[in-house]
Amino acid sequence: MPEWWTYRLEDFLLFSPRVYWRMFELHNAAVWPLQIPALALGAIILVWIVRPRQWPDLGSDRLVSIILAAAWVWVAWSFLWNRYATINWAATYVAPAFVLQALLLLWIGSLRGRLHFAADRTVRGVVGLALFLYSLVLHPLVAPLVAPLAGRPIQAAEVFGIAPDPTAIATLGLLSIGAGGAIAWLLLAIPLAWCVVSWATLHAMGASESWIPLTAAGLAVLSRLWPRIGSGALR
Amino acid sequence: MTTTRRTILQAVLATAAAAILPPPLKGAAQGRPPATKPIPSTGEALPVVGLGSWITFNVGDDPVLRDECAAVMAAFFDAGGRIIDSSPMYGSSQDVIGYGLEKLGRPSRLFSAEKVWTSSGDNGPAQIEESRRFWGVPRFDLLQVHNLVAWEEHLKTLFEMKAAGQLRYVGITTSEGRRHDLFEEIMRTQPLDFVQITYNVVDREVEDRILPLARDRGMGVIVNRPFQQGVLTQRLEGEPLPEWATEIGASTWAQFILKFIVSHPAVTVAIPATTRVDHVRENLAAATGPMPDEATRRRMAAYVQDL
Ligand SMILES: NC(=O)c1ccc[n+]([C@@H]2O[C@H](COP(=O)([O-])OP(=O)(O)OC[C@H]3O[C@@H](n4cnc5c(N)ncnc54)[C@H](OP(=O)(O)O)[C@@H]3O)[C@@H](O)[C@H]2O)c1
Repeated sequence: MPEWWTYRLEDFLLFSPRVYWRMFELHNAAVWPLQIPALALGAIILVWIVRPRQWPDLGSDRLVSIILAAAWVWVAWSFLWNRYATINWAATYVAPAFVLQALLLLWIGSLRGRLHFAADRTVRGVVGLALFLYSLVLHPLVAPLVAPLAGRPIQAAEVFGIAPDPTAIATLGLLSIGAGGAIAWLLLAIPLAWCVVSWATLHAMGASESWIPLTAAGLAVLSRLWPRIGSGALR
Repeated sequence: MTTTRRTILQAVLATAAAAILPPPLKGAAQGRPPATKPIPSTGEALPVVGLGSWITFNVGDDPVLRDECAAVMAAFFDAGGRIIDSSPMYGSSQDVIGYGLEKLGRPSRLFSAEKVWTSSGDNGPAQIEESRRFWGVPRFDLLQVHNLVAWEEHLKTLFEMKAAGQLRYVGITTSEGRRHDLFEEIMRTQPLDFVQITYNVVDREVEDRILPLARDRGMGVIVNRPFQQGVLTQRLEGEPLPEWATEIGASTWAQFILKFIVSHPAVTVAIPATTRVDHVRENLAAATGPMPDEATRRRMAAYVQDL
């Protein structure tokens, strides 16, 4: 882009905050009641990461990867491609990245069985569990909790498996728990990139929530870059 | 009998409406049509205030907001507006404009101003055709090369379309002072009908060279970002309008700014964007009534600068 240094972050914002927030309301109404099974699957993942299961042919680790992959594909198709792209053409370029993330999760987690989601008391385990719990339980409440300020109803809640931010934050949390070595960075790249994109969007909109995806990304990276404590027990 | 009943009903509704609605602004109240200026290349008259669509009309599939945009368009045409400006860059705005036009029964006074915005000249025609389908118009009145992207290839396409009768006017755009050197170079060498630039009471760089050049070359000038995307109107909100603003018929800052812009001899039309019916009325009303002369224009700029 010519003279790109003359552009501000806001110059890339194509829509008003009102349109952006109403989009979640519209989307929730359109996919209702899918939020319920999405949250139920999230709750099942929670049970499994606290107490991993192993059946004769299959372990819960591989199922967690499948559920996560399904969430990424679904968000790519239903939210990014069909909804968000109507107000932000850039979303059509992001949707394939979400599909790629799903393929990586399926390949590395479900087929190769390289992910082990058992929350332990390491820094990474605790941070991961906190991020996952946050994405599942607290993130949907951000909209109604700040509603008195922003005027957004519970219908605009951003839910895991339905909206991109909680899906990305949940994935960061689960990968903090379940992925090690170089493979972790491969799987973290797209969720981290999305958190940065989301931060930039919210920041350009002047929304105070912009710090949420950025903090989530920061915690996921920090807990991983802290090898000794990261892999050691908290007590 | 029917007539009497209808007359009474109308009177009742009018009274009710008068009680609910804020009083219309000066100008609109008297139903005065907006002032027009001739497009230099043809003499066709264009009302001096138009309508932009960046951000304001990008509302996606939201049915409530689509209808709000259609209401803004309805008020725009009601007040005598003609030119609506959009771009493939503006998300769903083109589609929303098409929706509004359809809902309003395709107003014949529409002057459609679109852009071509793709880095490949080869993709230009397909993009223009897609835009045309969104608007649902047989052809565009004006097509502009957005921000000079691939301008050589696109201008070739646009001049060919114009020669073939598939387009009436050709232009180029920039904003916020970007690439003015190249912009002037193209103005000097290409037979453009329109140029689109940023101009308002504080962003006045174009006064030095581009506006005089447009006059010399007989090109129409479309002014974008008259309110700095709302930053300027918000900044001035708390400030008092000078008493002499009434002399030029400006009762709000938005009108003050618009009158400053469209009274420049080289400017053809300003295209403020809005999501609000009251604002579009206010903006169109700025195109009516007295306009500042050169001395008053200087006074206006000085007044804002001193705030
Ligand atoms: N490079 C290019 O080709 C280029 C670049 C920029 C812009 N443009 C074109 O130029 C158009 C205008 O520029 P813009 O949209 O960037 O900015 P603008 O027209 O200067 O400002 C739009 C803002 O002004 C507010 N506004 C409108 N009427 C008002 C009034 N009477 N009182 C108070 N506030 C008012 C609107 O808010 P409300 O909704 O609350 O009224 C809106 O947020 C664009 O829509 C686009 O079509 C082209």
